[in-house]
Amino acid sequence: MSSAAAKKPRPKYLSLFALLFEIRLPAPAWVSGLHRASGALLFFPFAAWLLYLLDTSLASEQGFAHVRSYLAMPIAKLGLLLFIWAYAHHFCAGIRFLLLDLNKGIDLPQARMTSYMVFAVSILLTAFFGWRIW
Amino acid sequence: MVNRIVVGAHYGVGSWLAQRITAVIMAVYSVILLVMFMTGRPISYGVWKDLFSQGWMRVATLLFAVSLAWHAWVGVRDIIMDYARPDGLRLALEVITILMIAAYIGWTVQILWR
Repeated sequence: MSSAAAKKPRPKYLSLFALLFEIRLPAPAWVSGLHRASGALLFFPFAAWLLYLLDTSLASEQGFAHVRSYLAMPIAKLGLLLFIWAYAHHFCAGIRFLLLDLNKGIDLPQARMTSYMVFAVSILLTAFFGWRIW
Repeated sequence: MVNRIVVGAHYGVGSWLAQRITAVIMAVYSVILLVMFMTGRPISYGVWKDLFSQGWMRVATLLFAVSLAWHAWVGVRDIIMDYARPDGLRLALEVITILMIAAYIGWTVQILWR
């Protein structure tokens, strides 16, 4: 990278609206962006939420029953569903990145195909575990 | 392949490598736990309590928590460095992140060794 290229003013066009509705990002970009978003969600609030659930459910028999009835509420189940998707997407996209680091699947057609695979597998996993918890 | 130097003061590459190693540790833990839940008995309080009173499960879960802490530190710090430009804001967010990670670890230890 030359310093001349770094000094050249770059166009800035970074509104969230544009990103979502005007610019058509390629599939690998969506995998990457959602990997970041899901990672942030897993760190907060989901890690804290799961620690609370683990804490309460292990503390006593009443705590366990409380967590069971709490997780039976539709709103808690929706939260659990979002957690499952975030975990599944982060997991699948992460494995894809590990393979990319090993130079596997770096050609464009393959990179696109594995991106769609990440979306498909994480949605299927979410559907499966969503069905199991409902 | 990009020539990445792992030793010496190139701690960016060290973080990159740490994030990948911790990712593998957490992936292995997740899959083992998932298989246990899918194939094991239905979870009652007794089963749940017994599982987390076993030494290997406590150690494995602590390893998961430490991996998560390290992994999340690298990841969240990347996010902060990308979006939080003023130095003061960046420092504040990084301190908050470190405090949260420390709290998570402390809470995990408290839950596991009660």
